[in-house]
Amino acid sequence: MTSPTLPDPEQLAARILRGERAAVASGLNLLDNKLAEARNRSARLLAALSGERWLSRGHLIGVTGPPGAGKSSLVSAMIREWRLSGKTVGVLAVDPSSRPELGGGALLGDRIRIKNSSHDEGLFIRSLASRNQLGGVATEVWPMSWLMLACFDIVIIETVGVGQTEIDIAEIGDTVCYVAQPASGDTIQYLKSGIIEIPDIFAVNKCDLGAPARKTASEIGRSAPRHDRRENWDYPVCLVSATMNTGIRQLQEHCERHREFLANAGLLGKLRTRHQSAWVVRLLKEEFGTFGLELAGGRAVVGERLRENPSSQFAEYERLRQHILSRFMSVNQPSSLTKKEHLDEQTIV
Amino acid sequence: MVAARKNRDQPWLMRTYSGHSSAKASNTLYRTNLAKGQTGLSVAFDLPTQTGYDADSPLAKGEVGKVGVPISHIEDMDQLFDQIPLDQMNTSMTINATAAWLLSLYIGLAQRRGIDPTRLSGTTQNDIIKEYLSRGTYIYPPGASMRLIADTINYTVKHVPKWNPTNICSYHLQEAGATPVQELAYALCTAMAVLDRVKASGEIKPEAFPQVVERISFFVNAGMRFVEECCKLRAFGEMWDELTLTRYKVEDPRLRRFRYGVQVNSLGLTEAQPENNVQRIVLEMLAVTLSKRARARAIQLPAWNEAMGLPRPWDQQWALRMQQVMAFETDLLEYEDIFDGSPVIAAKVKALIEGAKREIENVEAQGGIIAAIESGYVKRELVGSHMNRLRAIESGDLKIIGVNCFQETAESPLTVGSDGGIMKTDPAAEREQIERLQAHRRSRNDSEVRAALQGLTDAAKSGENIMPSSIRCALAGVSTGEWGDSLRGVFGEFRPPTGIDIAIDSREVLGKKDQVTDLRERVANTGNALGRPLKLLVGKPGLDGHSNGAEQISVKARDVGFEVVYDGIRLTPQQIAQAAQEEGVHVVGLSILSGSHMELVESVLQELRLRDLASVPVIAGGIIPREDAERLMALGVRAVYTPKDFSLNAIMGDIVDVIRECNGLDRIGLLH
Ligand code: B12
Ligand SMILES: Nc1nc2c(ncn2[C@@H]2O[C@H](COP(=O)(O)OP(=O)(O)OP(=O)(O)O)[C@@H](O)[C@H]2O)c(=O)[nH]1
Ligand SMILES: [Mg+2]
Repeated sequence: MTSPTLPDPEQLAARILRGERAAVASGLNLLDNKLAEARNRSARLLAALSGERWLSRGHLIGVTGPPGAGKSSLVSAMIREWRLSGKTVGVLAVDPSSRPELGGGALLGDRIRIKNSSHDEGLFIRSLASRNQLGGVATEVWPMSWLMLACFDIVIIETVGVGQTEIDIAEIGDTVCYVAQPASGDTIQYLKSGIIEIPDIFAVNKCDLGAPARKTASEIGRSAPRHDRRENWDYPVCLVSATMNTGIRQLQEHCERHREFLANAGLLGKLRTRHQSAWVVRLLKEEFGTFGLELAGGRAVVGERLRENPSSQFAEYERLRQHILSRFMSVNQPSSLTKKEHLDEQTIV
Repeated sequence: MVAARKNRDQPWLMRTYSGHSSAKASNTLYRTNLAKGQTGLSVAFDLPTQTGYDADSPLAKGEVGKVGVPISHIEDMDQLFDQIPLDQMNTSMTINATAAWLLSLYIGLAQRRGIDPTRLSGTTQNDIIKEYLSRGTYIYPPGASMRLIADTINYTVKHVPKWNPTNICSYHLQEAGATPVQELAYALCTAMAVLDRVKASGEIKPEAFPQVVERISFFVNAGMRFVEECCKLRAFGEMWDELTLTRYKVEDPRLRRFRYGVQVNSLGLTEAQPENNVQRIVLEMLAVTLSKRARARAIQLPAWNEAMGLPRPWDQQWALRMQQVMAFETDLLEYEDIFDGSPVIAAKVKALIEGAKREIENVEAQGGIIAAIESGYVKRELVGSHMNRLRAIESGDLKIIGVNCFQETAESPLTVGSDGGIMKTDPAAEREQIERLQAHRRSRNDSEVRAALQGLTDAAKSGENIMPSSIRCALAGVSTGEWGDSLRGVFGEFRPPTGIDIAIDSREVLGKKDQVTDLRERVANTGNALGRPLKLLVGKPGLDGHSNGAEQISVKARDVGFEVVYDGIRLTPQQIAQAAQEEGVHVVGLSILSGSHMELVESVLQELRLRDLASVPVIAGGIIPREDAERLMALGVRAVYTPKDFSLNAIMGDIVDVIRECNGLDRIGLLH
């Protein structure tokens, strides 16, 4: 049995930075690969890609909302505009996997809606299954989005909103856009749940349907806090129609405005650092559970280390992993990390 | 020997669905068929004509003249009906998205020959709604399609009164897996949507509306369960009668009659022991002829070699003779309805009506058939029904002789001929059609063409009836692609939901359960060995709309644990290769039933090589003759599957092994 050949990570990184599609594809394959040697090379690939660009470049936009709300159609309409203005776009489209006891398979159906029939070298779509991992979004999405951030101007992550996914998506995207389905129970449910505070932009789609869309928009307008408790960002609630192509420019402007807002307030880099640490936490939790994570000092320590050393998430993950492994060996001894390192994790939130 | 009674009923119209290579070759075929006693024509068009592309469009490559006749402009139409008097012929055209155009060519030709269009009789299929659900030759979004249907109805009712402008089709729904109840429900929902649209257009005076209702005819299917099918047709008649009376207030019962034509079920016709299809076809014909009250107006039958490839003239003759034997040798046409008064039949009819009414209410509650198509609901229901059918075949609950039982057979003398028992279309047809088209373009008056096309675009935008400007285009020598593109420019294009996102645990039987469990393990273990879950791309290159196989393979693959990417029908080899790259799949599976597999597979392989993906294994399935399968394997295709490979589980096991082999792992081998 020979294992399939894996690409050289440094060379691959150089090709990805030049925007070579074949390299982007094999980079994504590598990041998805769980074999020990592949994980090794993934870390090297990401290390080679990391840098200032991960704190300041591009725009990561999370698009979420109930099934069938028109997320893909809206993404497609926005992409058309971005492509016209010459921006390149990478998309990660996440679909649910069936339960493990039912085989864990998945039908990845967003491509067809996102892609218009013409051939376009400036658009790259990778579909991904949620794979029943802790949250609603597979852990692979983080590194994959970072890879895309290294070579596309806009990176969009589409997920079906099912409660947990919103929380996850808020830990990936710079901007979270919630697509609401007019007059649907899902949206009402959503309004009642605490998750309403997550999105930065609300898009009520299918406004071509008239009254139901306007009603939903006003309901959201009433329920959503006008200002983020933490920041000075006004939540826009906009009416759009993907099929009629109405309101798309405005929606896009809201997205761009939000990014500018983050950048001007000096929040973009902080937010991304926080997302890097969220990923490390998640990986550690998946591998070692809450107990393991505590052995490494918990969320707070991870957060702090990444703030001190942004974009070092791979090295950090490896380091903490080794640390936990060794602590598992001698679990009875007191933690080597001191109390004072347990900082408040909510520094920028 | 008892002679037949004198006062027999008139037999139904007997047709053979045909057309291939070129207008000239098809014309010869039609004239021979008419000489053999066929009483009407049924035109099969090629896929570029059906999807509004010219023969020289890159999208038409390999498809010109393959599954039907290419009609690019009025001269082709003229040649197709050479020496056939249009005013005496009843012509049925299987044409949908471009129906308004082909009808315009037909009317334009009649005008040119000095024939008054009021004397034309025939049918344009023109049920674009079912194209989204089954047949696949849609172009424009549903709203525009509804408008095109309404425009042709509004026009013909006034100017070509003997024409059936639309034939609401349930035939294709059954071919996509529909149950009798689904066939009834969705066809009637479509009929309502069409009539409502015509009514809303306000072009017809209320007192003339019953004439519109009368012009609506149906195209129905009949499968092997012929008692149930016979009841379905009686149910159709009763439901239509009630619907037209209550919803459309048609008082005259003659205008409420359910008029229908038939093609019997072809989905159940087999590649294995194909001679058995003859019995199947004859039995299926019984369903639509036995009951006088629900007898078909027109019948066309498939041929014994349906699942092998296109029929040759002799195969079609055999099918025509089946009808003639039934009509002229039996005493069928001498009796009144032989089921009237049967409580068994009445009970079955009632049950079907109740089921259909429930489903109609369900669809209406979702906002009608168009909304239920856009949301993917109806398509999902069909994919689910078809999945149940295939599972029953795989488990043996549904017996198919020669396929999942009684497989032993002596060698068939029917399939050993040098042609392999099927029709080979003329390989030079595409080139000749392109040359003809290009010569035609040079010969016409360009400014007339431009003006006619401008008129068409204006009408499309303004909402004025599309027919007059289309007829003007026909007479000016506009081509099929020009007509199609002009309307694309105004209406846009549309891709309907694929329907494969059915819930995994909603259907109880999983085929052979132990095999499924075994497969899930194989898929998971192989994924683990390769480092990530197995990912399959199912691709449908070309204009081919046969989606059943691709859908069922996709659903099955998901059920056994694959991550599956399937983007629907009508993609270019380039789009498929690009998807394979972006998605990082372990295997590419192509499904091609249109006969263009050699050209299309070759271009997909080439596009993959261009993207450094030569190492990704490609497999193919569909209607692929054995010698072609060998040629494909020689090109590098890893496996080829045809309808006789009825076990989807076995195919899945095989795909896992293909992936393993290409990645240096050992094959696991056959399932138990
Ligand atoms: C059902 C059917 C239709 C339905 C299709 C519904 C749908 N949405 O799929 C309808 C009624 C719409 C239809 C229409 C037409 N049809 Co038709 N149709 C058939 C029929 C009867 C069965 C095909 C089928 O669905 N079988 C069931 C599925 C599950 O089987 P399958 O696709 O073969 O798949 C199996 C294997 O092949 C394999 N497989 C297939 N794909 C793949 C892919 C992968 C990855 C793998 C691993 C395996 C695999 O696995 C499956 C399991 O057994 C065949 C004849 C026949 N009996 O086979 C004609 C047939 C395919 N049709 C034919 C024609 C000509 C047409 C039309 C083009 C006619 C016309 N001129 O308009 C139209 C237009 C369709 C279009 N847009 O392209 C011809 C094609 C001729 C040729 N190849 O030379 C056939 C062969 C009939 C004939 N003898 O004339 N058709
Ligand atoms: N009327 C109307 N329909 C729309 C609009 N946008 C999308 N749709 C339809 O809504 C359905 C779902 O659209 P998608 O874009 O696939 O929605 P989605 O949210 O990505 O769906 P999932 O990924 O399956 O959750 C499709 O039938 C679209 O045609 C719109 O603006 N108006
Ligand atoms: Mg989507």
